[in-house]
Amino acid sequence: MDRYTKPAVLLHWLIALLIISAFGLGLTMVDIPGLTPTKLKYFSWHKWLGVTVLALVCVRLLWRLTHKAPAYPRNMPQWQQSAAHGLHLGLYVLMFAIPVSGYLYSLAAGVPVVYLGVVPLPVLIAPNPELKPLLKATHYWLNMTLLAAFALHVLAALKHQFIDRDNIFKRMLP
Amino acid sequence: MTLSRLLRPSLLALAAASFTLAAQAAPLKVDAAKSAVTATFKQLNVPVDAKFKKFTATIDFDAAKPAEGKASVEIDVASFDLGEPEYNKEVLKKEWFNAAQFPKATFVTSSIKPAGSGKFDVAGKLTIKGKSTDVSFPLTVKKEGSAQVFDGTLPIKRLTYNIGEGEWKDTGMVADEVTIKFHIVAQ
Repeated sequence: MDRYTKPAVLLHWLIALLIISAFGLGLTMVDIPGLTPTKLKYFSWHKWLGVTVLALVCVRLLWRLTHKAPAYPRNMPQWQQSAAHGLHLGLYVLMFAIPVSGYLYSLAAGVPVVYLGVVPLPVLIAPNPELKPLLKATHYWLNMTLLAAFALHVLAALKHQFIDRDNIFKRMLP
Repeated sequence: MTLSRLLRPSLLALAAASFTLAAQAAPLKVDAAKSAVTATFKQLNVPVDAKFKKFTATIDFDAAKPAEGKASVEIDVASFDLGEPEYNKEVLKKEWFNAAQFPKATFVTSSIKPAGSGKFDVAGKLTIKGKSTDVSFPLTVKKEGSAQVFDGTLPIKRLTYNIGEGEWKDTGMVADEVTIKFHIVAQ
């Protein structure tokens, strides 16, 4: 069976790990009441993770566009192939939209992002109190959508592995 | 008791009042809507601007006679706006401004010296959270129509005034350097 290329596999798992960390950190930090140094630190780390994800997703998209993904097994129903394809497309869209929405939310709140505390990133929009709650809600709901898409993605992988036993999961294993 | 004796205290008060008026000349009228006092600080190297929304400035200044000029600014620390109501409440607490005990931050000039076209060197006393220090900073004054525009930047160290106590003393988290900027329009 065809496999994904090594860089594609590496990017998949690395980005997965970073997204899970950023997601967990995001939920943790907003639950800290008041204002504490830990809270501020988590906010910064969360933003650094998000920016890293965005950069890696750019690389991953370029790689994906120039390197064909392995074909689905021939016996996989057409609707399932379309669903898988659609879900992958959706995951790509979310992997771009979520860091971008978070980045803009931070700017709207008047807090620019300084990557790793060293590299000031472009201030694309001015502080904007009207846009701020809108971007906050957008960032949150995009993440909830990602959570649902992620659950489907994992369930599908498990189904292929344990019900269909078509070894499709192996194509993405290191 | 005669009438003159009855009147004497009020006459004295009147005389005193007119004397103060004469000595102060006419202080300028500050246009609060066009004026601003901001503080910029860095947290993990991220510059964040915050605004003092409420302050009063009393300025008596004639660019032709700067040495006779004086100014005082009184800032309501409770009006500090970080752009997030939850954080605004936090910074009023004891380890930051301790607004309950020290509701005002003040600046009073002690001298204003000319330093070239439209520029002046200002020295004075800055009091925040009950701590006073002598500070000096360059001031620029511009004419805009009939109004005078005063602009200045004053770098301070927050720990000098105990802004950020306890775990907030860590300057790796929030830098010690804070830049106070003001833009005051008055006529």
